[in-house]
Amino acid sequence: MEQRPGGPRNSIWTLRQRFTTVYSGFKWENRFRPLKHEHWINPVLYVEYEDINGTDKTLKEVVGHDVESDYLTSNAEARQEHKREVELKLILSSNTKGWNFSENITAEKNLSNAPWEFGYALGASRPLSLKASARRCTFCRQNFTVGAEMYGGLGDRYSFGLKDTAHYLAPAAAWNLPSGWTLRLSPGFGLNDNSHAFLLRWGVSREITGFGDMVRRMFGGRP
Amino acid sequence: MKLALSLLLVSAVLLCASAVLANGQNAAKDNKPNDDQSKDNKSAEIYGELAKAPEKASKRVNPLENDPEAIAAGRLLFEDHCAECHGDKAEGGKKGPNLRAPEVQNATQGTLFWLLTNGVVRKGMPVWSKLPGPQRWQLVRYLKSLGVVQPVPAETAIKP
Repeated sequence: MEQRPGGPRNSIWTLRQRFTTVYSGFKWENRFRPLKHEHWINPVLYVEYEDINGTDKTLKEVVGHDVESDYLTSNAEARQEHKREVELKLILSSNTKGWNFSENITAEKNLSNAPWEFGYALGASRPLSLKASARRCTFCRQNFTVGAEMYGGLGDRYSFGLKDTAHYLAPAAAWNLPSGWTLRLSPGFGLNDNSHAFLLRWGVSREITGFGDMVRRMFGGRP
Repeated sequence: MKLALSLLLVSAVLLCASAVLANGQNAAKDNKPNDDQSKDNKSAEIYGELAKAPEKASKRVNPLENDPEAIAAGRLLFEDHCAECHGDKAEGGKKGPNLRAPEVQNATQGTLFWLLTNGVVRKGMPVWSKLPGPQRWQLVRYLKSLGVVQPVPAETAIKP
C-alpha cells in the first residue's frame, strides 16, 4: 500500500488543488424492505449499479482497501479508468425512544474481474424534539436531527479484516425545512493513517411525492 | 455500455408492465356491481387491517391525551404527511381511504397508533415509524378529534 505523502492535515488541500468536479457516470439504486411490519430490527436490502470513471471521488461509503492515496491521481489520469460496480447492502435499522440506530454491511464488486470488497457503517440519530410544534416553524427543534456515524472498510474477499483500511467518525446533522427540502451536513474525521484527515459530506434532497402516479398516468393508468 | 442499456431496457419493461397491471386492476374494480354486499366487502378489505392490531397494542393509552397542543400539532403533521393520499379533510383521497369512516373513528387510539407504526405496505400505506412516537400519538389525537363523516353516495349527491 502506498503511504500518504506529507502530514495528515495538508492532504485535503492537496485534493482541492488537483481535482475538479466533472461528470463521472451514473448510478442506479433501489431499496427493498422484506418485512411487512415494524420490528425491533428492520432489515432493508439495498442494491446499486454504477457505471463511472475514476474521476468519481465521492466517498459515500468506504469499502475494501479504499485509502486516501487512491484519490491522489489527477482527473485526466483517472478518466481513463472505467468502473462498472454492483453494490449490495444490508441495512439494519431500529427505532426506539426517538432514536434511530442503523447498521450497514456493504459488499461491492467491480464487474471487471475484481474481488468482492466489504465495508460497514454504524450510526445513531435523534430529532432534537420528539413532539411536533403546534405552529408552523422553520427553526423548531423537531426539524433538526443530530447524530453520529462511524464507517470504514473491511478488506476484500482475499484479505478480510481491518488491515490497510480507512475508518471515519463523523457527527451528523439534518435540517428538515417545512417546504420539504432536507439539508444534511456531516464532517468526518479520519481515525487512522489510511483515512483522509477530514471529510465534509453534505447533501440537499427533496422527496418527490406522487412520482409513481405521474409515471402511471403517462402510461394511461389511473392514480 | 451494453450492460447499462440492458438495465435501462429491463427497467422500462418492468415500468410498462406495472402500469398495465395497475390499469387492469382499476378497470376490474370499475366493473364490480355497486350493491351493498360489494360495499361491505370493500369496506372490510380497506379497514380490515385495523382488526389485525394485537390486543396489547390496541389497549395502549395515548400519553398525549391531555396535551392541549396535541390536536393542533397533529393537524400540521397530517397536512405534511397524510393529506396527499387521504385528502385535506381526511375524507379519503386519490389513494387513501376515508379516515372519518366509523371503522377508523371507532377504533382505539392504540390501534391507530399500531397501524401508523406498521403501515400496510402492500396497499400503499407507508410505515411511519420514522416519525417519533410522540408525533404519531399527536396524529392519532387529531384523527380522533375529527369525528365520523360518511361519504355521500354518488347517486344521491345533489347536482348543481
